[in-house]
Amino acid sequence: MSKILIVAEVAAGKLKRTTHSSITFARSAGLPFDVLVVGQHVGTAAEELRGFGAGVVKVADDAAFANYVGEVYAPTVAEAAKGYVVVVVTASSFGKDLAPRVAARLGAGFASDVAGVEVAGGVLTYKRPMYAGNAIAMMQITSETQVVSARQSEFEAAAPSGGLSALETASTVAAPLAGRVEFLSFDEVKSARPELAEAKVVVSGGRSLKSVEGFKTVLEPLVDVMGAAMGASRAAVDAGYVPNDLQVGQTGKVVAPKLYVAVGISGAIQHIAGMKNSKVIVAINKDAEAPIFQLADYGLVGDLFKAVPELTEAVKKIRAEG
Amino acid sequence: MKILVPLKRTADPDNANKIKIGAGGAKIETTGLEPKANPFDEYAVEASLRLLENGQTKVRIAGDKLTIASFGPKEAATNIRQALAMGADDGLLFLSDDNALDGDLIARALAKVVEQQMPDLVVLGKQAVDGDSNQVGQILAELLQWPSATFAMSMELSADKKTVIVGREVDGGVIKLRLTLPAVITVDLRIVAPKSVVNHVTPATFTYPDGARFTPLPMIIKAKSKPIVEASLASLGVDTALKSKYLSFALPPARKGGVKVKDVAELVQKLRTEAKVL
Repeated sequence: MSKILIVAEVAAGKLKRTTHSSITFARSAGLPFDVLVVGQHVGTAAEELRGFGAGVVKVADDAAFANYVGEVYAPTVAEAAKGYVVVVVTASSFGKDLAPRVAARLGAGFASDVAGVEVAGGVLTYKRPMYAGNAIAMMQITSETQVVSARQSEFEAAAPSGGLSALETASTVAAPLAGRVEFLSFDEVKSARPELAEAKVVVSGGRSLKSVEGFKTVLEPLVDVMGAAMGASRAAVDAGYVPNDLQVGQTGKVVAPKLYVAVGISGAIQHIAGMKNSKVIVAINKDAEAPIFQLADYGLVGDLFKAVPELTEAVKKIRAEG
Repeated sequence: MKILVPLKRTADPDNANKIKIGAGGAKIETTGLEPKANPFDEYAVEASLRLLENGQTKVRIAGDKLTIASFGPKEAATNIRQALAMGADDGLLFLSDDNALDGDLIARALAKVVEQQMPDLVVLGKQAVDGDSNQVGQILAELLQWPSATFAMSMELSADKKTVIVGREVDGGVIKLRLTLPAVITVDLRIVAPKSVVNHVTPATFTYPDGARFTPLPMIIKAKSKPIVEASLASLGVDTALKSKYLSFALPPARKGGVKVKDVAELVQKLRTEAKVL
């Protein structure tokens, strides 16, 4: 029976929600699946994963995996992947880095950022957005083993299904490259806000916010009063107003929240690729001709420096009224 | 120090919404879209040049070399030539039909190019903006068994040129890795910020302009005499069988535009009563 292996994402011992999207991928393929957890002190994460209907939860718990280094993880994942038809990792920065390496080690074909999967006659067909989401391809992988990364926004986080999967130890494979790549540090940007890829509401800013200060004083109060995640256009990232991991777009994060508010974003193709599947889109921009208005459900033409504080106050009032 | 930058010719990414789907979904038509170098590859060229020169005096470090490698039609020479005008030294063009390539094959072919060229560093864009795959650098690193870093937003070459510290822009922050050369690095947007690349030759006080450099006319003229060697993909002795099979293409479902609201009050009212998201 063909089986899927899901590679879980764990950070500092905590299971990341990206993993739940890979579980949904496996469930929508309708094939049985196992889960592999690689890391250090991952007992709790592995325990949590036992409730999702996996045949087996395999655990490689080793001090070598304390921090994610692709060269160190890939040999262990590739070893555990033997005998599976599909290996899936969610396309976070972890999955994007790891999945192609595993494919290379297995001599397997790879499909990245998969947005859908169908199985017919035992053959898997994947849906892949290309050209900044302007084309949707249907494709197959012809090698014996297949490796895919799943787009988080297209596979809703799985809920537990009950049951208790068996636990198994996966063997830790020595990494020949370990001596040539040294992990120095992880400079974490701590934020109380929800993660961009998982938030129900995303408020994004563009270059029209004009500065780091513009983001801080104008956009962030709205972000926080809405309980939203903050995003940004590539232009705002290029201008250095916010870090790149807030970038929504073709080469940043792809999001599909219930509500997406685009502030001072003109709507370049690149940006639209990352947010067009949002349920409700609001655009605030002073240029009435901005392309963002062509896909916004609600467009407000006006000065963001006036409109955004007004909106912040209005939402604050609604929240206060409960 | 020798650097290899693979460069892909892509249809103008700023007009990607103008692509068409050919007969019965058989292929993507990019007719009418200007072929441009993949922007991330252009950043890889810029970042590599910053490793190989004194940014202040604009003098290249003696003995250092930057080679561009491309796979595609004869016309891709134009895009290689642009990289030569930026300051790369020579180009390699492996003639092939774009439709007969995938990331896995490119990575395997590049591994052969690396065997021939023996660079100390391969610097790639993190992804091509047409296929949007983000895979070649990772696969290449595994095939070569070289250390690597993806999504680079900073690079600091040690004074002895034996190691490079790379800042990787990942979910939630920046990871720093020290790689022992030879190595593979894939670059992200911020690699062309004014102070992203440090080589201990360019003075620490020097600030680059943001982005990839402009190519002044004398450089464009000079680039015309720089060599571009053409060869067939087959000459690399690589198995050209693809592991991916594209069945069909379609345009995404179009999203309908909505309404314009006159002020914040109307927006709030619509979001509450109509969309019910507030």
